[in-house]
Order: sequence, then C-alpha cells, then structure tokens
Amino acid sequence: MAEPIVPGLVIDGFRVAERIHVGAQSEIFRVSGPAHDFPIIMKVPRIGPLEPSENLISFETEAIILPAVTGPHVPRFVAAGDLAKTPYLITEWIEGESLESALSPGPLPPPEVARIGAAIADAVHSLHRQNAIHLDIKPDNIIVKAQDGVVLIDFGLAHHARFPDLLAEEKRFAAGSAPYVSPEQVLGTRSDRRSDIFAVGVVLYEMATARLPFGMPATMAGLRDRLWLDPVPPRTVSPEVPPWLQEVILRCLEPRADDRYQSAAHVAFDLRHPEQVALTGRALKSGRLGFLAQLRRWWHARSERLRIVPAVQRSAAPIIMVAVDTTHPDDPRQRPMQRATAQVLSLSAEFRLVCVSVIHGGPRAEISRDVQGESGIHLEHLVRLRHWVEPLQLPAQRLSMHVIESARPENALLEFARRNHVDLIILGAPGPTQQAPLAWWRSVASTVTANAHCSVHLVRVPEPQPSPGPEGDSTPDQA
Amino acid sequence: MIIALLSDVHSNIEALNACLKHAAENGAERYAFLGDLVGYGADPGEVANAVARYANQGAIAIKGNHDEAIEKRAGYMNEATKQSIEWTRNALSVELKAFLSGLPMLVRDGVMCFVHASAASPARWDYVDTPAAARRSVEAAQTTYTFSGHVHDQMLYFEGVQGKWSAFKPTPGSSIPIRGHRRWLALVGSVGQPRDGRAAAAYTLFDSASRRITFHRLAYDHVAAARKIRQAGLPEAHAYRVEKGV
Repeated sequence: MAEPIVPGLVIDGFRVAERIHVGAQSEIFRVSGPAHDFPIIMKVPRIGPLEPSENLISFETEAIILPAVTGPHVPRFVAAGDLAKTPYLITEWIEGESLESALSPGPLPPPEVARIGAAIADAVHSLHRQNAIHLDIKPDNIIVKAQDGVVLIDFGLAHHARFPDLLAEEKRFAAGSAPYVSPEQVLGTRSDRRSDIFAVGVVLYEMATARLPFGMPATMAGLRDRLWLDPVPPRTVSPEVPPWLQEVILRCLEPRADDRYQSAAHVAFDLRHPEQVALTGRALKSGRLGFLAQLRRWWHARSERLRIVPAVQRSAAPIIMVAVDTTHPDDPRQRPMQRATAQVLSLSAEFRLVCVSVIHGGPRAEISRDVQGESGIHLEHLVRLRHWVEPLQLPAQRLSMHVIESARPENALLEFARRNHVDLIILGAPGPTQQAPLAWWRSVASTVTANAHCSVHLVRVPEPQPSPGPEGDSTPDQA
Repeated sequence: MIIALLSDVHSNIEALNACLKHAAENGAERYAFLGDLVGYGADPGEVANAVARYANQGAIAIKGNHDEAIEKRAGYMNEATKQSIEWTRNALSVELKAFLSGLPMLVRDGVMCFVHASAASPARWDYVDTPAAARRSVEAAQTTYTFSGHVHDQMLYFEGVQGKWSAFKPTPGSSIPIRGHRRWLALVGSVGQPRDGRAAAAYTLFDSASRRITFHRLAYDHVAAARKIRQAGLPEAHAYRVEKGV
C-alpha cells in the first residue's frame, strides 16, 4: 500500500499543503506545483482494507472523465497519479462557495432562483454537449463562483459516452444522492442526460421553497416513490413562487424523462425569459394528484424496470434562432426564410424555435435590450413576428418571440445567440440586387456568419434560371 | 510504445496498406497481426508477403481459422468460403503456405496476450462475443490485456470490481485509458472485411506506455478491392461484403 499523504510530502513534483476537506470517499489537500498560474488542489481517495471499493471505482471514473471535459463550468484537470501506486487527482481550485453553504434557511427570491438556476443549466448543458452526464447534481457539487456562473465538481458518478462505464455493473453502488437522483437512475440507467435535468429540478425546487420535493429517503422503497409520486407544487409550499417558475420546476421533475425538458439549454432559456414560458396545467397545480390518479401512477410504476437508453440514438433538442426582418415585411426573402425554417424544424421533433427581430434603436441606443413590454413600436414588431411565424403552426412551448432594440443588429444577434445556447442561426443573405434601404443588412449577414459560435443557415431568394447560351449543353433528347 | 493491432485482413491489400500507412503516421513502432490474413479477398499472396516482411522484422503474427484452412480442410465452413479457400490455396506460393502454416496460435508478451479467437481454446475458434466469453478468454490468457479478432466488430470488454464483465462499443478515433489494475479484452476489428454496415477498414492502436487504446476506422478504396474479388471469379457474396461492409 502506498504511503499516507500528509502535509509536507512531495509527490511527483507537487508539494502537499494543508488538508481542507475530509469526506466519506476522499480527502482534499491544497498543493503547490510547478508552473501553474492558478491555485490547485489534490484529491486523494480513501482506500484501504476498511474502505469500500466504490471509492476507488468512483475515483477512477473521475480520473477518466475530468481530463476529457473542458470549459468554464468544470475545474481544470492538471495531473493524475498512478491508480495502482499513488492515486491522486490534481485539479484547479475553484474560488467560490458551494451552493449548499450559500442556501439560506428560507426560500430564495424567485429572480435569484432563476439567475442561479440558469447558470446551473448552462453548466449542465456545457457538459452534455461534451458527451458527459454528471449524474450527481446537488448543491454540494455546485460551486457558485465569486464573479458569475457556476462550476460543477465531483465527477465520481459521471458517465461519458466515449469511455467504458466502470460503474454500470456495480450494482451495490449508490445511484446518486437520494434527494436529487432521477427515477431512471433509481432503476439503474446511467446513460440518460435528462437525469441531470431532473436533478436540476430538485435543486430549483429546493432554492425556491427551502424544501426537498421528495424528502430524504433512506430506503430503496422510499427512492422508488419518485417513480409515481408527484411533489407538492412549489407555489403551495411557497406562495411567492410565480406560476412560470412552478411550470419550469415541475417540468424538470416529470417522472418520465420524455415529459421533461429534453435539453438543459431549454431550461436555461426559460429561466432567462420568464415571459416566454408557455404555461400549462403544471403552472396552476395547487395540490398533489387525486387519490385515483396517484393510484394509477403507482400501479404503472410497479412494473417499471431498467430501460437502457442509448445516448447516441436519441435525437438532439436544438435551439434554432431565426432572425426575422420585421422592418421589411414585404422583403422577397420572407417566404424563402419561412420555408427554410420549416425545413430545418422538420429534422427534429424536440426543437425550440426562437424568433428574433432586431429593430434599429437609432444612433443613441447603444445598449441592446430585449423588449419585454408590448407597447408602441415594439408591439407592432411583435405582431409582425407572430404573423411571420403563424404559418409554421408551432405549439406555444416550442416557440418564443423577441424584439430587440439595437443600433448594431449583428452584435445583438450574436450576443443573443451565444447567451441562449442557440445551435443554428437562420437569416437572410443579401441578394445581388439589394436595394439601398436594406444595405445595412448585408453587413449583418456577413458579420453574423463570420463571428457566430454556431452554424449559420443563410437563405437566398432563388435566382431565375439563366437562359442557356448558344454554346450551352445540347439537350439530351436530341442525342 | 505504440503497437498496431491488425486482424482479419482477409486478402485485402488495399485495406491493409491504408491501415499500415495510418499506423506509421501515428507513431506505431510495433505490429501485431491477429490472424485471418487470407480468405475471401483477391490478394492473398500480397497480404501474406507483406505480413511475412513485418514478421521478419519482429512483428507478431498469429494464425487464424482461414490461415489454418489452407493446410487443413475446414468442414465447418460454408460452400462459398470453401471455394475461396480452395482458390487461395492455389494462389499462394509454397513459401507463403509454409509461413501461414508456421504461425503460432497464441503469443504472450509481458502483460499482453495476442490470439485470433478465444485464449480459452484457440484451436476451437470460439467467438468472443459476450462478456462471459471475454472473461473465459482473459482467464485463460492470464494477462492484463488480451487482443483478439475473429469477431469482425470492434469492442472493448472490461472486468468489474466484483468480477463481472461488461462490453463497451468504442467510438472510432477516441483515445480510451485502460489502466492496468483491471483486465481488458479488445476486439480490434477487421481490416479487410468489416461487417457493421460501414466499408471503412478497422484496426486499433495500443500505447503501452500511457496505457491508452484507440480504435480506428479508415476509408480506403473498397470498390477496387470488391472489383478484384469479382474479376478473380471468387464468390459474389464476398465482393458484396467488402463493398457494403456487411
């Protein structure tokens, strides 16, 4: 067995400093190492004859997955020790406070729930885009950074589609943290990213009400309750919760993964645009389901068994943004734009369409703003936007509409797309016969295409077929 | 050291050359050919020659059931396959037949074991196509890493803490850490006759220093390989397989 790690020891060039955390599975030390311009820590699994073997598998899982994920929402990976000799993991130390310690005894104000919740959904979405699923989202594992945004830590239960799942067959292993674990995880599924969305729902519920939707079950039977039991609606617990927030929370907490949000980006979007949340029966629920309905759900849940969901086979749930020029409703590109949008949407059942119109805010309106009030000029453009999208006949929960006022439309579109995890931007290309009043749009299309973080679909009005020249190809019929 | 693992070439020189080129470009310093050099395809001589050259320079080469069938009639093969073996036997020189006949059934090298089918009974040509079969092979191999072919698909089997084995379907091109404190069995895929619906040649690289494995799929001129099978008058089914990857 390796020598115990104590402050002062130097391992592979890293000098161990004070111990800052002792958990059931691991210990964490501050360390200093060669050439790192950020603070680093060393995580050491508790292993030995008296410790459970899960500690090591979980540690191995983290050592595989953490180096494979990047971005502002995960700690940077620095080094890993040889698992058979000196198992350790060196990562960036995230300055901030865990959400667990940030939670006050009472409910957080709804705008705060939405702000932190959207940041958590951003982090989860970033992970999902990298083929990883966290599977242990809970306030303990969410670090709220001093500046802004959150970082997810502890990848000991995580799943990555590109690596063998070492935990899949370890049946003794706890599926996750009892209050936050999704129903399908309780049944043993580890490949469904919508499990993280359920856990985000539990965290949102906890922030909004200071209560846990399913309590803290200690038995398997207690855990299985969430397969059928619906939680007390947040507004019943805490009347300050607005209907839109209850809608978002309860949609995350649907027991069937198919009924939840299909992408964390959609959760982030709704939390950032409350006025665009399509309210359903969830928003108005004031109590649990009636006895008969509960009985029915319980009966169906009895036979629920493990269903393996192949992560790669499930269709994505993209956010499609279409930039509609409502200033020129008669522009010849409008029809082709509608057709292109309909074609793109037909490729996915789980899309979300975001219609954006940028109206010129004049030279002095330097700051873009999402126009929320429906008045005057904005109302007029919103009406035109509705009119534009109407022929597509989309259900309300798949659609949102935004009129943004800005002097720099290209920047407004780019910023909106980036902030809302848009996967594809559809906009009109400048045509060769572009008239002077539309000349500004030319630069919009080219700037957006050049700088977008995602794919861009440029729509052009088809030119009439050129007439064949005298020496053009002869018609095949005459051969 | 980076080791290139190539199996089930099946007389497909176009596919073999594509894999060898890719392996060299990616730093391969050692080569292991895991059997079934011949059978099905139109270039048994060229393939056996190429592998014999590598073997002379220290590469590992293992015998597969098609290589064995050249010297010993295989009653279990279907008519089309027998026809192909017959044709191959006539196409190979005495020296190359001797080379195939002299190939070992299994090679152990430190923590690694190389075998065409299952190390549990190499001469029975059992398919390692379940976690239980992988466990049997690895227990017989008695090494940390077992590399084999015979099953034309790429797959990575691994041992759990409680001794239970699992299967993982790798994504081509992604490097997977396979650390030595648990046991692993990799099916490296078929160079010359993939059967998963994709025509692309399959092979695998193992880095024995960093203990990482990368499964690869490579585009090559499979249309030419299929055309040669037809031109040689070999069974149409074998040309179709190479063309469609089925």
